[in-house]
Amino acid sequence: MSYETRNIINKIKKANLTGRGGASFPTALKWEMVKKARGKNKYVICNVSEGEPGIQKDYYILQNYLDTAILGMETAIEYLKAEKAIIYINKAYFKKFEKKLNEVIRGRKIEIFEKEHDSGYIGGEETSAINSIEGCRVEPRLRPPFPPTCGIFNSPTLVNNLETFYDVGLIVKNKYHNKRLVTINGDCLWTGVYAFDEEMTVEDILRKTENYPKFTFFVQIGGDAAGVVLNSNQLDCKVCGGASVTVYSVLKHEPFRLMKEWVDFFVKNSCGQCTPCREGTLRLQEILISKDKNWTIFSDILTNLPETSFCGLGSAASIAVTSYIKNVLLLLPSGKIKIPEADKKMLKEVFSL
Amino acid sequence: MLKYMSAGGGFASGGKKVKINPKPYRCTIPNKPKQPKRCKIKLNGKVITCMTDQTIMQAAYKHGIQIPGFCGHPDFIPKGNCRICVVEVTGKRCLLTACSTLVENGMEIFTETERVQKARNLNLDFIFAEHIEKCASCIWRFQCKLLSFAEKYKILITTFNDRKGKRKTYKFANAVEIDGTQCIDCRNCIDACSLMQKIDYLELKGKGSNQEVVPTEDKKRHCILCGQCAVHCPVSAAQEQASWQEVEKEINNETKVVVAQFAPSIRVSIGEDFGMPYGQVATEHLVSGLRQLGFDYVFDVSFFADITTIIEAEELIGRIQNKKIMPMITSCCPGWVNYAEFYHPEILPNLTSVRSPQIHGGGIIKTYWAEKMKIDPKNIVVVSIMPCTAKKYEIARKEMKINGMQGVDYVLTTREFSFMMKRRNIILPNLKKSKADNPMGEYSGGGVIFGGSGGVMESALRTANVMICKERNKRPGKICRSRIDFKEVRGLTGIKEAKVDIGGIKLSIAVVSGIGYVGSIISNLQKYDYVEVMACPGGCIGGGGQPIPTTEEIRKKRMEALYKLDKSKKIRKSTDNKQALEILDWLREKGEKLEHSVLHTKYKRVK
Repeated sequence: MSYETRNIINKIKKANLTGRGGASFPTALKWEMVKKARGKNKYVICNVSEGEPGIQKDYYILQNYLDTAILGMETAIEYLKAEKAIIYINKAYFKKFEKKLNEVIRGRKIEIFEKEHDSGYIGGEETSAINSIEGCRVEPRLRPPFPPTCGIFNSPTLVNNLETFYDVGLIVKNKYHNKRLVTINGDCLWTGVYAFDEEMTVEDILRKTENYPKFTFFVQIGGDAAGVVLNSNQLDCKVCGGASVTVYSVLKHEPFRLMKEWVDFFVKNSCGQCTPCREGTLRLQEILISKDKNWTIFSDILTNLPETSFCGLGSAASIAVTSYIKNVLLLLPSGKIKIPEADKKMLKEVFSL
Repeated sequence: MLKYMSAGGGFASGGKKVKINPKPYRCTIPNKPKQPKRCKIKLNGKVITCMTDQTIMQAAYKHGIQIPGFCGHPDFIPKGNCRICVVEVTGKRCLLTACSTLVENGMEIFTETERVQKARNLNLDFIFAEHIEKCASCIWRFQCKLLSFAEKYKILITTFNDRKGKRKTYKFANAVEIDGTQCIDCRNCIDACSLMQKIDYLELKGKGSNQEVVPTEDKKRHCILCGQCAVHCPVSAAQEQASWQEVEKEINNETKVVVAQFAPSIRVSIGEDFGMPYGQVATEHLVSGLRQLGFDYVFDVSFFADITTIIEAEELIGRIQNKKIMPMITSCCPGWVNYAEFYHPEILPNLTSVRSPQIHGGGIIKTYWAEKMKIDPKNIVVVSIMPCTAKKYEIARKEMKINGMQGVDYVLTTREFSFMMKRRNIILPNLKKSKADNPMGEYSGGGVIFGGSGGVMESALRTANVMICKERNKRPGKICRSRIDFKEVRGLTGIKEAKVDIGGIKLSIAVVSGIGYVGSIISNLQKYDYVEVMACPGGCIGGGGQPIPTTEEIRKKRMEALYKLDKSKKIRKSTDNKQALEILDWLREKGEKLEHSVLHTKYKRVK
């Protein structure tokens, strides 16, 4: 191993870089796992599926810093002595950046794999991505084995998000300053992708970008589907998961409709492999459109999803709705939110436990 | 805000629809430590010792705790998709599936906490809403896991509305069906069809709650009706196309003489459905059961297997001596015949023209026996009790007709038979023993081992050996002794190969146990002289119509029982079955046409 390749892992360690895909797994540790794993061929997958609505950081990198991200990928290929790297990219992005990507990968051990249209949100999960590339049904694999030891074609595989590779590129260039890309959107003026210090709180981010609303609002952090919902008194926290801050005006978003939108998304995007996610999300939807909403069962399903789901999508399916009910619906004064008294009473009873 | 930001996501609609691949990924690398170590875990507060290659479910089972589950089957690597077997492990954020999680030293596991109960029961509720209860006519209802769980865990089962009412039932010929209204999406049938049998006929269509098990649209794939999907289905969504109702009607019809004949492998499996230990031989109980159900006569297919053996051995010797097409391949497994006709029509001339034992039975009952009993064969109804779903198709083949009649009228699977008895409150182990009727009730050891992989081969070799030695010993010189045991062809291994010597003729033989293994034999066919193929793993004892569960361990016990039975028999070789020889003589006297139509068949390419 050359001095430089040995050096890079120490540099990543020193930078405390964690995966930018949402799970925040320590990057150096993952790289070392793949390095140590036995296998004739090793692979690198750069995940640019960006299926989480409300996040556009990958788009931003593709547009502005593709070179740095490619440098990160090449570093990984060299460090792992990998066979090749595969850019796993969603269709819309590919269409947009096809020319640029093809130019930049020319002569390199990098290939592009265009994600199928209907593979959907779950297609972004790492083992689903591997399945998709292998030509299997797009759904997560049972773990263990984990991709670092047994990934694509049963070979050790490093799967990182595009932003992670971008950050590695910055580390190589000695330009990494512990920043991460945060997408801001929703009911505010200055939407877009910003680079902020990892430690910065949601409140600071909103104020710094002059997006802090004057109206009653709440936010969703870490994606518009799986992100946690916080009220305006809970903003003293870091941006976690897939980094985004979405501002919602309380007035503009009718509670049951909003909840249904979240649930609809997961019904549509569940792969159907496991019972709680396939059936649970469907039943949440059923309850939300029914006249007599059974909030007890609704709450049971929300608890069950993260407890027993097969993969992260199922676990994440309840985050938005649960946190919205707990942090917004039940805490806002009665005048501000329009839901029938009976429902509010039931919700209070069920969710205050 | 979801709509607002939809531009970025891969979920954006529009554009060309790409077909989702039908096959789910299945890991082929076993997730087990190569050198398992002894370790200690705490299970519900009690310290137990187990091995690190055991899953939580296996370790718990060994210590008397049965964790419920649907999607797991010992024949397959865990899938972990039903989420019923969840347990609480100290230090873990979520609940873990006991079927797929290996034990670790120091692990503290709880299988019945309130948290576990709540999660498991809700998932059970979900599954109930996928499965439309058709209990009234379901042959599985006395052993239904769903119903037993509902009772055990006090599941309301009506928490949610059934959502699969409009799902289709896919029927495969007249033998097997998959009822979408009962499917709980566990995917065991797909594992059976793809991983085990390598037929790849069943696929998953659609995504999320729309996913559905469907037959493939690929015209190059064909269902061989082996029924392994049915024997691996936990909720009877994949099942045989039942005939028990028609059979009951025939029994109640005064003008008909209803004759039952039961397969060799049934006797070592039927007891399981009534709580008898695995591998218990229950021949005389089941004969009694058949009589209780109202069958007028009961014959043993093992007897007809002796006839099959003799004809098959004659054909083998004939092929060798007359230098005809070799190798000869057995054809009594109807799943295998379906496979050969569709996937490898070029080897059809290699298949023996000998009919299978049950078809021999039907033919002999409706000719020889009918004449002897002075019964119009049109008034005889022959019902076979078989370990098999493909046998339902075999009896309906046009080429199997004798004098324009179908030899066997109905086939019941082992499961249908035990259901019929349970429905009538017949408790098999309590029945007074009864023997099958003469003359087609006694059989040789060779006839009974037909029920296991290698059995047809061994029986035919025993008989061929006798025949050849008989010829040889007419000449002066070394006395030729026939051999009885051919242990090299026994067992559950996928491919068994051996070189045997029968009366000086050296034969290279191969036995395939499970159609998934047949590929390499077919591509090296010229290497062999005689090949036996059984479509189901272990042969008929692991058949698609056998009691559920059928696992490797259970197949082993059933097979052992067959060989024990063989060893206990006074006559071991089919040629020693005098009644069988008599019937063959009778047939030969009647002329070649009848003899041929009772004993032989032909095959055709299926498009």
